[in-house]
Amino acid sequence: MTLVLQNVSKQVGVEEHIRDVSLTLEKGSLNVLLGPTLSGKTSLMRLMAGLDRPTSGDILVDGKSVVGMPVQRRQVAMVYQQFINYPTLSVYDNIASPMRVAGADKATIDRKVRAAAELLKLTPYLERTPLNLSGGQQQRTAIARALVKDAKLVLLDEPLANLDYKLREELRVELPRLFGETGAVFVYATTEPQEALLLGGRTATLAEGRVTQFGTTIDVYSRPTDLTTAQTFSDPPLNVVPMVKAGGQLRYDDKTIAAPAGTESLADGPYTVAIRPHHLMLHRPAGAALEVTAAVSTTEITGSESFVHLEHGGSRWVALTHGVHRVEVGDKVPVYLDPAGFLVFDAQQRLVAAPAGQSAAPGMRA
Amino acid sequence: MDKTPNNKAWFMVLPVVVLVAITAIIPLMTVVNYSVQDTFGQNQFFWAGTVWFEEVLASERFHDALLRNLAFSGIILAIEIPLGIAVALAMPRKGLWVPVCLILMALPLLIPWNVVGTIWQVFGRADIGLLGYFLASIGVDYNYAQNAFDAWATVIVMDVWHWTSLVVLLCYAGLVSIPEAYYQAARIDGASRWKVFRYIQLPKMNRVLLIAVLLRFMDSFMIYTEPFVVTGGGPGNSTTFLSIDLVKLAIGQFDLGPAAAMSLIYFLIILLLSWVFYTVMTNYGADKNPAGGGQ
Amino acid sequence: MAKITLDKIAHSYLPYPKTDADFALKEIDHVWEDGGAYALLGPSGCGKTTLLNIISGLLVPSLGNLLFDKQDVTHLAPEQRNIAEVFQFPVVYDTMTVAENLAFPLVNRRIPRDEITKRVSAALDMLDLTDKANRKAQGLTADEKQKISLGRGLVRYDVNAILFDEPLTVIDPHMKWQLRTELKALHRRFGHTMIYVTHDQTEALTFADKVVVMYEGEVVQIGTPEELFDDPAHTFVGYFIGSPGMNVLPCDVAGDKLTLGGREITLGRRYPKMSGKTEVGVRPEFVRLAPAGQGAAGGLPITVTAVEDIGRFKIVRAQLQGHSFDAVLPEGSEVPAEASAVVDPARLKIYHDSHLVRGTA
Repeated sequence: MTLVLQNVSKQVGVEEHIRDVSLTLEKGSLNVLLGPTLSGKTSLMRLMAGLDRPTSGDILVDGKSVVGMPVQRRQVAMVYQQFINYPTLSVYDNIASPMRVAGADKATIDRKVRAAAELLKLTPYLERTPLNLSGGQQQRTAIARALVKDAKLVLLDEPLANLDYKLREELRVELPRLFGETGAVFVYATTEPQEALLLGGRTATLAEGRVTQFGTTIDVYSRPTDLTTAQTFSDPPLNVVPMVKAGGQLRYDDKTIAAPAGTESLADGPYTVAIRPHHLMLHRPAGAALEVTAAVSTTEITGSESFVHLEHGGSRWVALTHGVHRVEVGDKVPVYLDPAGFLVFDAQQRLVAAPAGQSAAPGMRA
Repeated sequence: MDKTPNNKAWFMVLPVVVLVAITAIIPLMTVVNYSVQDTFGQNQFFWAGTVWFEEVLASERFHDALLRNLAFSGIILAIEIPLGIAVALAMPRKGLWVPVCLILMALPLLIPWNVVGTIWQVFGRADIGLLGYFLASIGVDYNYAQNAFDAWATVIVMDVWHWTSLVVLLCYAGLVSIPEAYYQAARIDGASRWKVFRYIQLPKMNRVLLIAVLLRFMDSFMIYTEPFVVTGGGPGNSTTFLSIDLVKLAIGQFDLGPAAAMSLIYFLIILLLSWVFYTVMTNYGADKNPAGGGQ
Repeated sequence: MAKITLDKIAHSYLPYPKTDADFALKEIDHVWEDGGAYALLGPSGCGKTTLLNIISGLLVPSLGNLLFDKQDVTHLAPEQRNIAEVFQFPVVYDTMTVAENLAFPLVNRRIPRDEITKRVSAALDMLDLTDKANRKAQGLTADEKQKISLGRGLVRYDVNAILFDEPLTVIDPHMKWQLRTELKALHRRFGHTMIYVTHDQTEALTFADKVVVMYEGEVVQIGTPEELFDDPAHTFVGYFIGSPGMNVLPCDVAGDKLTLGGREITLGRRYPKMSGKTEVGVRPEFVRLAPAGQGAAGGLPITVTAVEDIGRFKIVRAQLQGHSFDAVLPEGSEVPAEASAVVDPARLKIYHDSHLVRGTA
């Protein structure tokens, strides 16, 4: 089924939880809702499911409006952040419950429950109750229950947030595969940009109830339409540097650098340049770079990489470099801003130039 | 939550509405009816306006009974709330004794109220009651039927025995919901037992205490059965509370008009005092969060 | 600040433990230097919380002794050990203001008033909460409340160690980053011994000088973040640290020759004959891809199943002889349609029964 949201808004009291959202979700697609807490992801999912009515706007399934239809009739499955299972039923009964409600016969129920349990590696635990399972297993039970519903719309609201790090990695790979085969519309909400990139598919970035951009994940990442989208899609936070364009040069402080490709047609004047942490380097790169001196405030080492926190002219920057950097707090180090990574935004915070070369490549999961 | 409206839900409420209408709303309307009418008998009524209300509000009998009720409720709250908190604090939160304690606490609440009254009535008698006999044998002059002070003491002790458990159970529920980490942090901070109570347990019990206070106040203010069974309102009218007086008026003297007016006034007093309590206690809590919200 | 000695500590939750499996925490014998930042890292159920509770005093270990400097504190209650603890969810005294919260531990210990004021304002300054000093603690955000919890430890000068039990659990993701950095900066500045329990490798590696990796009640490796990354002593460490984790595949090793995927690779070191489970580990970061047929005999024949582009690098998911084999390629790399994997022999780690074998040069 195709799910279309047309100018949907949701107002609760005086607050606008969702502002004028229009989205088209194709059949069988994997969609990610990315945004910080309270940006409207859960509200939007509830509207898609039919748990809430929009204050204005329309929601269409395969071209027909479903706004008045109660959620039970909409063939929706939802998985939550907290592991929601029936605590007194066994795993088998938990997974069987939607089918029992729908009135399926015993043989079909048994077959489908066992198939789902097999896919989610729950077969040895079918007789246990959820409280006797680990967190990961409880969440798998909830996912299995969603799977057997054969729903046309599957909504997952930060389902992996309460799980151990490594478990999250494993399930993240399995989930799209599991639901991809059913041909349902798959919607996954998360606060972590990394997760969106790992899942692929299409991403809608949300900020304060509005969808700022919706497109192929890697496109939204490499060509964000505005600064808000770029910041939503960045973890660690973006380094934002005001620069002035004059002729073919970009000037920051008293340093200049040749403006990167793609900026030739821009008018002279002030711009905001966003630089991702891995384009802020501590070693001089091969090509041209803008060099500034900054003071180190902290270093964090994550195995093969280091996050170096810097202070420059009152702003805080983060640089991500390869290898281990042992620098002392307060050291003054040269920092190189690599123009190959500049995301240039105009005074209205719209994107005017971005590095070329990062777009969906063939052979990649779309 | 903004559910899609489902009109079938109204049918589920219908039986309850009918029941409440028959048992509560219609009788209430009848009382209101009586309170503004007078009769000379033979079922002939004529409009009397607010005459009964004025008479009741002016009567000294009413004032005395009202004061007795206020004193009674005040004493009850002053004893039962701290005692209830203390017992709840003393109850174990984990282990085998928990269900035992809970059952023991629940027992007094299960006894029918007139049986409670009867128990204490017999208990206090000097000839066949354990308490009465014991007190007489050690030389204490105790007679609830003839001594006003003894009557009050008996009624109060009976109410404390009967109802403190409610406060205990409510406070206990509030206490067990406090996560263990708070106690651990307090230990690490070197807090004394009193400080743990004052800064962790009491604030977290706020909401349940509000319910306990409201419930106990309302119930004690409208108390009828237990004191009536034990003392019948006596000796004289020393334990004649508003409810007992009301019954005397309505059923004893059959003065329907004044009785109806009095019961409405009684109702409004309880409503007013409860509202005052509620507003004071919730505002007291709110004063402490100027920023509002939090988690 | 104190040196913490774990003297053959082990713990079982059963009254009469018999076998190794009965122990939730298997024997650990280690010394933590004064002023260090340590992380206890491992999946749920690995024993890290048990170990933390032994250090904080909530649990008395079944075996062994715990010493702070020279003092045996094994049986001392938490309040007698001079530790501070920050829990998973913020523990603040709701009815008090921020300043009163921070003063609380000092007031209980009867420190003079002016000393308290001095220390509280120093702590408020460190935590960047000075402008909220007189607000009721109840109205603050989760990360501010966690800072208050931490502050109650910082105001005390007699603190032997500050313990953290997964403190970022309830923090908003975009604040997690900031709070983590602030904790690290505080450690740098004041040098308290800090012990941090987590299941998140990023938190552990960024915070700690040394990380204790635990698995099923056992300490698997203790090392600096670089050591854990470059030289995992156990296949679990290789798997748990790094995202994606190390590729571990069964192989044959004879002398200095490694047989994997039907190819023979010459290793830089010689290994003895090993019976039992022999595996080779290589981190995806050290795997390069070349078009099939190139890379001479050293190229491993892999089948690429998926490519994940996450912006600053690409993860190539592949299979080698039925085992998963991942590679991490830098931004903008080309992935050949038919690829083979090329690895630097120096980056190959040999494991026997899951433990690292170093071999001889």
